[in-house]
Amino acid sequence: MTSDFCDALWPEEQRSLALRELAELSGLSETEVVELVEYGALAPAGTTVEQWVFSVGAIGVARTARRLGDEFALEPHAVALLLAYLDRIHELEAELRAAQARGTFQP
Amino acid sequence: MKFKDYYAILGVGRDATADDIKKRYRILARKYHPDVSKEPDAERQFKDVAEAYATLKDPEKRAAYDQLGTRRPGEDFRPPPEWSTRFGDGAGAFEDMDFADLFAGLAGRAAQGGRGRRGPAGAMRGQDYEVTVPITLEEAFHGTEVSLDLTTTELDGHGLPHRTPRRVKARIPKGPTDGQVLRLPGQGGRGRNGGPDGDVYLTIALRPHRLYRASGRDLFLDLPVAPWEAALGAAVKVPTLAGPVELKVPPGTRAGQQLRLAGRGLPAPEGAAGDLHAVVQIALPTTLSEREKSLYQDLAAASNFDPRRHFG
Repeated sequence: MTSDFCDALWPEEQRSLALRELAELSGLSETEVVELVEYGALAPAGTTVEQWVFSVGAIGVARTARRLGDEFALEPHAVALLLAYLDRIHELEAELRAAQARGTFQP
Repeated sequence: MKFKDYYAILGVGRDATADDIKKRYRILARKYHPDVSKEPDAERQFKDVAEAYATLKDPEKRAAYDQLGTRRPGEDFRPPPEWSTRFGDGAGAFEDMDFADLFAGLAGRAAQGGRGRRGPAGAMRGQDYEVTVPITLEEAFHGTEVSLDLTTTELDGHGLPHRTPRRVKARIPKGPTDGQVLRLPGQGGRGRNGGPDGDVYLTIALRPHRLYRASGRDLFLDLPVAPWEAALGAAVKVPTLAGPVELKVPPGTRAGQQLRLAGRGLPAPEGAAGDLHAVVQIALPTTLSEREKSLYQDLAAASNFDPRRHFG
């Protein structure tokens, strides 16, 4: 008897993505991905657009960018700026959680 | 389906320009988006304004909406008979459709769906979905199985979208951390014209635990010890997610000191598991017996220890 449960997969950290694949997985257009790179929100390896290779972590960034762009009707440069602030917030939240876990911070 | 007055929802006139509509939407998104809003009922309000904007920002959808004329909001509504030709032979398929889906379906026909989702020859990848999955630390430690109820939007044979309830069953591997994103490949919306099915992304949310606090794969546990255990050292039983273990409290242990149990935190898919850190707390009985009080008085008289010497 086979189980009807589907295995949830870990992020494939070693996997790399080309521009088209990242666009497809994030729901952004290739032009929008290029703009996010230009504004510093994504940093692929490779010197030309054809050679660009994105890490698998770029999927989450690009998906958040699409959501912010759609839901707040923002231009790409505003989205890139918000992503930088969100990144900082996530870092601080992680530090806060770690401090709470160690018992060195009481809310 | 019920008619919705999208212009009224956004608070603009029917002659509003595209810029007016965008500006008004931005104001309302700032006000009602659940990420930033403190308004009561923000989520429902945002859903309404987002739905209105999705139709009015697109010239083709707006023109189709305008053709319907003005009606009372909430009035029962059926698309005019000629609309069936927009969907080929799709007449009669409007039965269980939502008002918003009517225009999404229209765009699906005209533009073949969302941006960036098309492959060659009209192949379209199915929609992805994101779900937050709360699990306990025990479930994260051992792995678990969850059933998720999603409402997906599937296109029928005529390209008309229909909201379809779906149950997705997922096996969560052991070792996810709080905020970890896992992927269920091919469990999202169905692809079209040979396009691949979408994925479901699961964001793991660890529920608070009565004993442990998680930081990544490391766990922290408050370990109360008696003053004499801290002073003299002791072997104490400590609960871990894999069962109790014995921990040696060294003599002279101070409050706040962390005693590490290597590899007793959350497991990792590859590499070493996290650690369990026991954070020492010096615990005192709430009431002292006469005998205990007498012994403490003897200790106070015998000791020259001054914990506040550094105050000067």
